[in-house]
Amino acid sequence: MITKTAEHTVIGTRPPRADAFEKVVGKAVFGPDVNLPRMAYGRILRSPHAHARIVRIDPTRAEALDGVYAVATAADLPEAADRTERVGEGNVNYKYMRDNTFAGDKVLYHGHPIAAVAARTLQIAEQALELIDVEYELLDPVLDVRQAMAADAPLLHEGMHTRSLAGTADTPSNVASQFQFLQGDPEQGFAQADVVVERAFETAMVHQGYIEPHAATAAWDADGTLTVYTTTQGAFDIRSQVHELLGYPLSKIIVVPTEVGGAFGGKNVGYVEVPAAVLARKSGRPVRVVMTREEVFLASGPSSGTWMRVKMGATREGRITAAEVELCYEAGAYPGSPVGAGANCILAGYDIPNARLDGYDVVVNKPRVGAYRAPGATQSTFAGEAVIDELAEKLGLDPVEFRLRNIATNGMPRLNGGFHEHIAAREVMEAVRDHPHYNAPLERGTGILRRGRGVGLAYWGNWGARSSVTLEVNADGTVSMLMGSVDITGTRTSIAMQAAETLGLSLAHINPAMGNTQTSGYSDASGGSRTTMATGVAAVKAAEEVIAKMHERAAAIWVCEPEQVAYTNIGPDAGTFTCSRNDETMTFAEVAAKLGGTGGALRGQGDVNVRRWGGAFGANIADVEVDIETGSVRLLRFTAVQNVGKAIRPGQVEGQLRGGATQGIGWGLYEGYAYDGQGHMLNANFLDYKLPTALDVPAIETEILEIPWPEHPFGVRGVGETPIVGPPAAIANAVYDAIGVRQGFLPMTPARILESMGII
Amino acid sequence: MANVSVPSLMRDLTGGEASVDGSGATVAEVLHDLEARYPGFAQRLLVGDDLDPALVVVVDDRPAPLGLSTRVRVDSRIRFLPAVGGG
Amino acid sequence: MADKVHVTTLLNGESVEFLCAPSQTLLECLRDILGLTGAKNGCNDGNCGACSVLLDGRLANSCLVLGAEADGRTVITIEGLADWAGLHPIQQSFVEEDGLQCGCCTPGMIIAAKALLDREPNPSDGRIREWMAGNLCRCTGYETITRAVRRAAAHLNGEGAEG
Repeated sequence: MITKTAEHTVIGTRPPRADAFEKVVGKAVFGPDVNLPRMAYGRILRSPHAHARIVRIDPTRAEALDGVYAVATAADLPEAADRTERVGEGNVNYKYMRDNTFAGDKVLYHGHPIAAVAARTLQIAEQALELIDVEYELLDPVLDVRQAMAADAPLLHEGMHTRSLAGTADTPSNVASQFQFLQGDPEQGFAQADVVVERAFETAMVHQGYIEPHAATAAWDADGTLTVYTTTQGAFDIRSQVHELLGYPLSKIIVVPTEVGGAFGGKNVGYVEVPAAVLARKSGRPVRVVMTREEVFLASGPSSGTWMRVKMGATREGRITAAEVELCYEAGAYPGSPVGAGANCILAGYDIPNARLDGYDVVVNKPRVGAYRAPGATQSTFAGEAVIDELAEKLGLDPVEFRLRNIATNGMPRLNGGFHEHIAAREVMEAVRDHPHYNAPLERGTGILRRGRGVGLAYWGNWGARSSVTLEVNADGTVSMLMGSVDITGTRTSIAMQAAETLGLSLAHINPAMGNTQTSGYSDASGGSRTTMATGVAAVKAAEEVIAKMHERAAAIWVCEPEQVAYTNIGPDAGTFTCSRNDETMTFAEVAAKLGGTGGALRGQGDVNVRRWGGAFGANIADVEVDIETGSVRLLRFTAVQNVGKAIRPGQVEGQLRGGATQGIGWGLYEGYAYDGQGHMLNANFLDYKLPTALDVPAIETEILEIPWPEHPFGVRGVGETPIVGPPAAIANAVYDAIGVRQGFLPMTPARILESMGII
Repeated sequence: MANVSVPSLMRDLTGGEASVDGSGATVAEVLHDLEARYPGFAQRLLVGDDLDPALVVVVDDRPAPLGLSTRVRVDSRIRFLPAVGGG
Repeated sequence: MADKVHVTTLLNGESVEFLCAPSQTLLECLRDILGLTGAKNGCNDGNCGACSVLLDGRLANSCLVLGAEADGRTVITIEGLADWAGLHPIQQSFVEEDGLQCGCCTPGMIIAAKALLDREPNPSDGRIREWMAGNLCRCTGYETITRAVRRAAAHLNGEGAEG
């Protein structure tokens, strides 16, 4: 259900996506589908130990195997700069990235890459891995974030001293950094509270679970050009990473992004491009490196496991007076967890005058975390919403009513020192309150099957950043669109729609394409829910330039001044130029037909750096049925409400809401990394790490609100990430409603549920 | 004088003050001014001569991509936040 | 070449011959020998369905079938569904219902849907979800896929465009 704005003819409609045809016939080329002549197959040798010193690496026996073309190790990479840069939605330090490409003197997690082999066949490459001799000195691993913070914990990086604004710590530890937000006087605030709730929470590490593994094919030309085909969210980010780690000029590296079989933040950082490039250089052949599913789990960038503590107090009138939050997030083997973003999102929906939040970024012997759809927010929101729910219950207030009494408003100062602008937290909560799902009767049950309903309020801040779109007018009146953004969700269509709307042409007139780093303008990675928004801004800018230039061409045809030419892009005469000097008209296509004679090619360029953008509030309503004998949870009904600013292509928006919710449902009920005592991951496969199937989720209902972000030409806000943030919270609150026991652990597996009830 | 929000972990340097005023045409100059009056203030925010990459500077509620070189007005508000994705 | 297996198979309606190692899966043979990359390798152990093909008309995970086992058999992959006349009704339905986002699971989903509709022309939504539970999708949340299969069933039953 969406409200439609009357004057748009393209925006808000439901055309098929431009990439649908190639994908339903199986012709779309994804990362692992790239095949080049003489191509060799690459595989990576990985540490069997979670924490060890590397005493010796000897590739001699592997190099001697018939069919092996090259072996690569850290010795094949130059020293990397100790410099940190933003890549996609997080920061990376290149020294650490080099160490995570081929281990130096230590391995820091089960699966840590050590060396790579290129061979004539995949089987020979796999055999060769076993012939690389590595001698390890085992060290004790630490896998639990709180244990890692203890003074006597084994240290991953002996030189790591906690950095914070309180100064740098004297003694080394696994706490890479910490920060604090403080607002008002929390002690005073708690003193004013009539009810106080304090709970601790733990969440397991989870993976984005994209079906397509990481894959890159590298090929060197005789002139020294390196071409890397890869599945990535950011071709220009990969180019920078390859440049930094190989020490090779940017202009001689071409990154060609393929279609992407799911990314969700996990394909901003590259893992196989540099090994492929080194192997290709050493072997003199193109080399393709594709991760196995096990490698994806062990050695890409999952999302942080956490330990969190939340304390909140409220008056009996239902006003929250204080909050205190501790967020301890696993960074994995190198610093860089999304604890800061988690801190920005927890409680973002509430007006809390006194609060303190302490956040810790902690290294543990697990893979270095990557961005996963609203990185950090799902974890912290699970904790925050559970305490909000418990406060409501103790005050005897309806959960939605309690939230509305404390809901964030425009201009409200935020815990991170900023303030909210043009937000829709109230509207989202009111939509929940008025939704048929929230008001449907639900039999709680008294037997083995107990039912419950829960809600969760979610927030994600989104992103702007740099995008580039080129529009070229063709002689037949169609427009070719080239964008620098990688399309991971359908954005080539939603951006083409914005160009079409601005030009006053139908969508059929626009033919969108993704470029590569040589052909398209610099664009930041597609992530952070920025692409339809920021690349849309670029497309609108390019379209406006096209219109301006077409004015000049029309003037040349009419032999008048450009100021005497007018163009209509709306209404029944959309796509028409008129001349005030002679009252004649020409269509866009008629002017286009004469481009050759009036000055040649006509292009509009939009290169933008969007510095301000709107966040997105959303909410979920979950009905669950819990079997109190087995602990199993079934979802009976699930609703996602979200403010999207403006739904350019509603079908795509609904898809994001359902898809993100389904990932959140997996995070809440099924998914989590399991380890043995020595730090080996136990469930690095799709059988034991369970993604939701079609049987595990109901037909998820969606409600789209359109409270616009006024600084975007069409009011667009980022959509893609908020959907994953609320589901674990809504489900946990529903489980409580069903069985009367609060859940403090994700995933809420049957065993955990039974444990919480004291049954096992 | 630009107004600088003092992160809570740095209020030991400013006698508990939650915001202080500093003069300068850029963020760097303001920090230089503050360092003179509150020794250690700038050092906490820098790695070498650059802003700690774990931080971003926000001037008048806009993220400032030029960081320390960002020009500030006499009534600008300057904040230092953890560098985060989204949020 | 003594250890290579010679395979002759009826692939997408055409007789095709190839040589493969005894241990190579049908999935590997399709992708790396025959140039048919529509079937995807999501897990290589039969848990995601992205490699789905029809083997003698039955739905199979091609990662669990050896290339050698295709000898003398019929194989249908996603590339075998559309022809010069246009998309297969199941493919068309996936386009119309937005039954895809990234597209990685899509070939497997369409093949699985064909296997279902070849047997049961009018499955309920619940039956569709049950049949398709062996095909993982991480993008869509499964609702538009279910609608696509429902619409395809209507198309194939001659019920017209609205499913």
